[in-house]
Amino acid sequence: MTTKRHEQVGLTDAQVLDMYYYMLLARKIDERQWLLNRAGKVPFVISCQGQEAAQVGAAFAMEKDRDFLCPYYRDLGLVLVFGQTARDCMLSAFAKAEDPNSGGRQMPGHFGGKKYNILTGSSPVTTQVPHAVGMALAGRMKQKDFVVYASFGEGSSNQGDFHEGANFAGVHKLPVIFFCENNKYAISVPLNKQLACESVADRAIGYGFPGISVDGNDPIEVYRVMKEAVERARSGQGPTLIEAVMYRLVPHSSDDDDRVYRTREEVEEAKKKDPLIVFAAYLREIGLLDEHKEADMLARVQLEVDEATEYAETAPYPTPESTMTYVYGE
Amino acid sequence: MATKVLMPQLGESVTEGTISKWLVNVGDTVKKYDSLAEVTTDKVNAEVPSTVSGRVTEIVVPEGETVAVGTLILYIEESGAEGGTAAPASTPETTAPQAPATEQPKAATPAVSIQQAPVIDGPKQRYSPAVVMLSQQHGIDLSRVVGTGAGGRITRKDVQAIIDAGGQKPAETVKETVVQEPVAAVEQSTIVSTPVPSAPASTPAVSVEIPVASGDQVVPVTSIRRTIANRMVQSKHEAPHAWTMVEVDVTNLVNFRNQAKGEFAKKEGLNLTFLPFFIKAVVEALKEYPMINSTWAHDKIIVKKDINISIAVATEDALYVPVIKHADQKSILGIAKAVDDLAARTRAGKLTMDDMTGGTFTVNNTGSFGSVLSQPIINAPQAAILSVESIVKRPVVINDMIAVRSMVNLCMSLDHRVLDGLICGRFLQSVKQKLENVGPNTKLY
Amino acid sequence: MAVISFIDAITMAMREEMRRDSNVFILGEDVGVRGGVFRATNGLIDEFGEERVIDTPLAESAIVGVGIGAAAYGMRPIAEIQFADFIMPAVNQIVSEAAKMRYRSNNDWHCPITIRAPFGGGVHGALYHSQSVEAMFTNTPGLKVVAPSTPYDAKGLLKAAIRDEDPVLFFEHKRCYRLIKGEVPEDDYVLPIGKADVKREGTDITVISYGLTLHFCLQAAEKLAQEGISAHVLDLRTLYPLDKEAIVEAASKTGKVLIVHEDNKEGGVGGEVAAIVAEHCLFDLDAPIKRLCGPDVPAMPYSPPMEKYFMLNPEKVLEAMRELANF
Repeated sequence: MTTKRHEQVGLTDAQVLDMYYYMLLARKIDERQWLLNRAGKVPFVISCQGQEAAQVGAAFAMEKDRDFLCPYYRDLGLVLVFGQTARDCMLSAFAKAEDPNSGGRQMPGHFGGKKYNILTGSSPVTTQVPHAVGMALAGRMKQKDFVVYASFGEGSSNQGDFHEGANFAGVHKLPVIFFCENNKYAISVPLNKQLACESVADRAIGYGFPGISVDGNDPIEVYRVMKEAVERARSGQGPTLIEAVMYRLVPHSSDDDDRVYRTREEVEEAKKKDPLIVFAAYLREIGLLDEHKEADMLARVQLEVDEATEYAETAPYPTPESTMTYVYGE
Repeated sequence: MATKVLMPQLGESVTEGTISKWLVNVGDTVKKYDSLAEVTTDKVNAEVPSTVSGRVTEIVVPEGETVAVGTLILYIEESGAEGGTAAPASTPETTAPQAPATEQPKAATPAVSIQQAPVIDGPKQRYSPAVVMLSQQHGIDLSRVVGTGAGGRITRKDVQAIIDAGGQKPAETVKETVVQEPVAAVEQSTIVSTPVPSAPASTPAVSVEIPVASGDQVVPVTSIRRTIANRMVQSKHEAPHAWTMVEVDVTNLVNFRNQAKGEFAKKEGLNLTFLPFFIKAVVEALKEYPMINSTWAHDKIIVKKDINISIAVATEDALYVPVIKHADQKSILGIAKAVDDLAARTRAGKLTMDDMTGGTFTVNNTGSFGSVLSQPIINAPQAAILSVESIVKRPVVINDMIAVRSMVNLCMSLDHRVLDGLICGRFLQSVKQKLENVGPNTKLY
Repeated sequence: MAVISFIDAITMAMREEMRRDSNVFILGEDVGVRGGVFRATNGLIDEFGEERVIDTPLAESAIVGVGIGAAAYGMRPIAEIQFADFIMPAVNQIVSEAAKMRYRSNNDWHCPITIRAPFGGGVHGALYHSQSVEAMFTNTPGLKVVAPSTPYDAKGLLKAAIRDEDPVLFFEHKRCYRLIKGEVPEDDYVLPIGKADVKREGTDITVISYGLTLHFCLQAAEKLAQEGISAHVLDLRTLYPLDKEAIVEAASKTGKVLIVHEDNKEGGVGGEVAAIVAEHCLFDLDAPIKRLCGPDVPAMPYSPPMEKYFMLNPEKVLEAMRELANF
């Protein structure tokens, strides 16, 4: 029971503690944004809650500054590992000029930033999948050995761009990892109305590469399958589809009311498997975390979030006239 | 008859093909859909099939040559054609599924020249923004500009031409085109000058600077004034004017008219004036002397068949000469109605081009201004003009007794190239006689 | 200077750019071994290999989307859409992604992709091989839309498109491919995107067009010259953003404007051109702004008489030009 599962997959103690830190940071930033929204300070929140383990586990399997991300709007945990900060996220939430994603142009959750190796994204879902394939193609042409990560929801796996991109990558054996965060709901529509097959992972076979379904509440398991996928990609064996199964713990967004389409019992049941709780339990179990350390980490995270909030709230907006800039290269 | 086989269009965007190999020879018999040649194009290599059965009579394009789609490549004599039963209708140029490579416009699109319709409705002219802007910037009076656009519209180019020519100066801006305005005019002067036409002045004085003294009013020359001036000068220069006059005793006419006018007005809703009687008499006399109803045409004289009487109608600032068409077919009532209608429409500015063209002789009612003697200028290209002066009561010797009679002078200017004194004298005598014979038996209707 | 066809100028531009810059590559359907269904990429795979002349799966959104990803990374992709009619599955990638990448990232990312698409009819291509779809893209800031009409312009503008730092949608009228030939220098030259070009000087009427119909206008202008009508012909060349200055200048010159395009009239590029003229040239206008365009029907029918009816031709253009001149 006290086996260190993380060591079996090649993760050090320090790494798993870092993983927990990022998961906690993502959660606390997210919770703060909800508070700010309900306080009327930010217009919109779209959440990562319940998906942090998968995001952080996946991110740890890649190399920051080497690999590229084409994330989707819930990937807060992922982008934090790749270098975005609490301050970056708050600047985006407040739509301030310094927002690294878009300079306040896009809604929160539209992550991007060249310095973080994160490609800018849009709101029409799954358009980033072909982009990831194109980046991987470019990497091969330039003889770089980076891998490209593209994530999306299970609903988005119905989009043509998923299938077109996956097929292209399959044909050309490109180093792309298709990472589906299956949180059971596409806004209000449950999985059984989105897919006829058992799992999203089943879709990979049609494109000639492996599809793996993994427990998205377990960052170590996610890390393990991601690591294998990254190795496959780097060694020229082509893409992998990973389906991380999880549960979206909050409504789709700050504008959604999930009581309309799912029971409280179902949500409460899912919260028992909240990855933060489960992963903290594991860390305590193996002795890496105790009450004292946990309180320290929480205090550190809260401080970061407080500082970020304060900074972002008082930071300047973009000038109105800057609306006219950067339509084309200047 | 031989069917022409054309280079087919093999593939979208293809405009030419190369005959890489002929699969038939002259004299060969081919069946419909037999391959004729291998053709190479940018997009495909293909065998071109025959669309008819028959015998190859001529190969036009040799192997290896590249020709445009639609080019004749060989002839096939259709088998049915010699059998006698085949209708000549068996499509002469079938085959190639496609049209010639370039869509050249068919050669003979006739050049349509711009018909310049004259401006009639001056005040209703609409101007484009460019024309308004330009005319305002350069102080151009658009009412004096004649348009060359559709329906006589003034175009930007018309205005620009005036600007380029140095602006709209009174002496210069209105060019020859203005002459198209269907306006003629008649002299109203009572000054009698020599009846012998003088030789026309060689050049009109144009550029003499006329000093304007302080207090003088400068009135711009309107296009209609300019037209009148030009027409007058032209007539005076071209037609050697001679002049003659008769006096007519119209006492009977006056009596008859005074007696008939009340009933006439009641019946026709129209005042019975003297003018229709004079016109009627002129028309009758013209029938007797058709030479008066003619025109000088350089190497010939044209005697007009129709008798169309121009009548001068004055407005405040201009003079129009509308025409009573086929006046010889009209009664006095008919003439009266025509005069009334033309006068009313002249003053309302509603004359049409047709109203003002086709006159063969002019009658000018100068008497209406109180004139007793005038020397009218001929309404070119007509040969003569007659003015009817005021009817005045005068003592006249009749059978050696003095009587008070209603007398009128009829003055006539004639183009001496066409007419001489003798014929005009006879013509005037005829008019005089007819007028003096007006009486209770004269028919108004 | 060699006289070559429009399509050879396209090929020449791509070959030169691929030799000049190893980041330039081609992707699309049948572009490799087949050399493109119109032969625009003919011979390129032999010189540059299948790594740089990529036969993609038959999926337009991926052709463009993969190109976008590569462009964002720093490559110079040339994505070929086989027929402009088939671009629809890729519209989201073009309009939502390529066109907005720079703006939405506050200039952090940009997308130097060139998307080539043969458009237009008159080749017996029927509804789905004849369309002019440019109007769907000419209100998309962030995107540039180019439609050259001559081989010289085609080469210079395609090279400019490939080197452009922003996405360029490059429409090639497929009837021009082999019909239109012209002098094209062997040297390396680029023409500015966003600049229209006066193809003929004149004083009586201004005709504004692009693509195949530009040639109809020039032919008609030649004939009208014999009637004493002098036509000024402006080739838009870039359909978005429009060269407003050149349009205003050309329109003001004569005050009589005829806009000609094969795309249907309502909502077409001509409407925008007319609006620019109306906004800026009111006091130079001497006639209503006229448009001669394809009919407002869904697309071009196959049957030859119907196709002919749909298509503009020099006679139709001549008639419209003469009518305006006579106004």
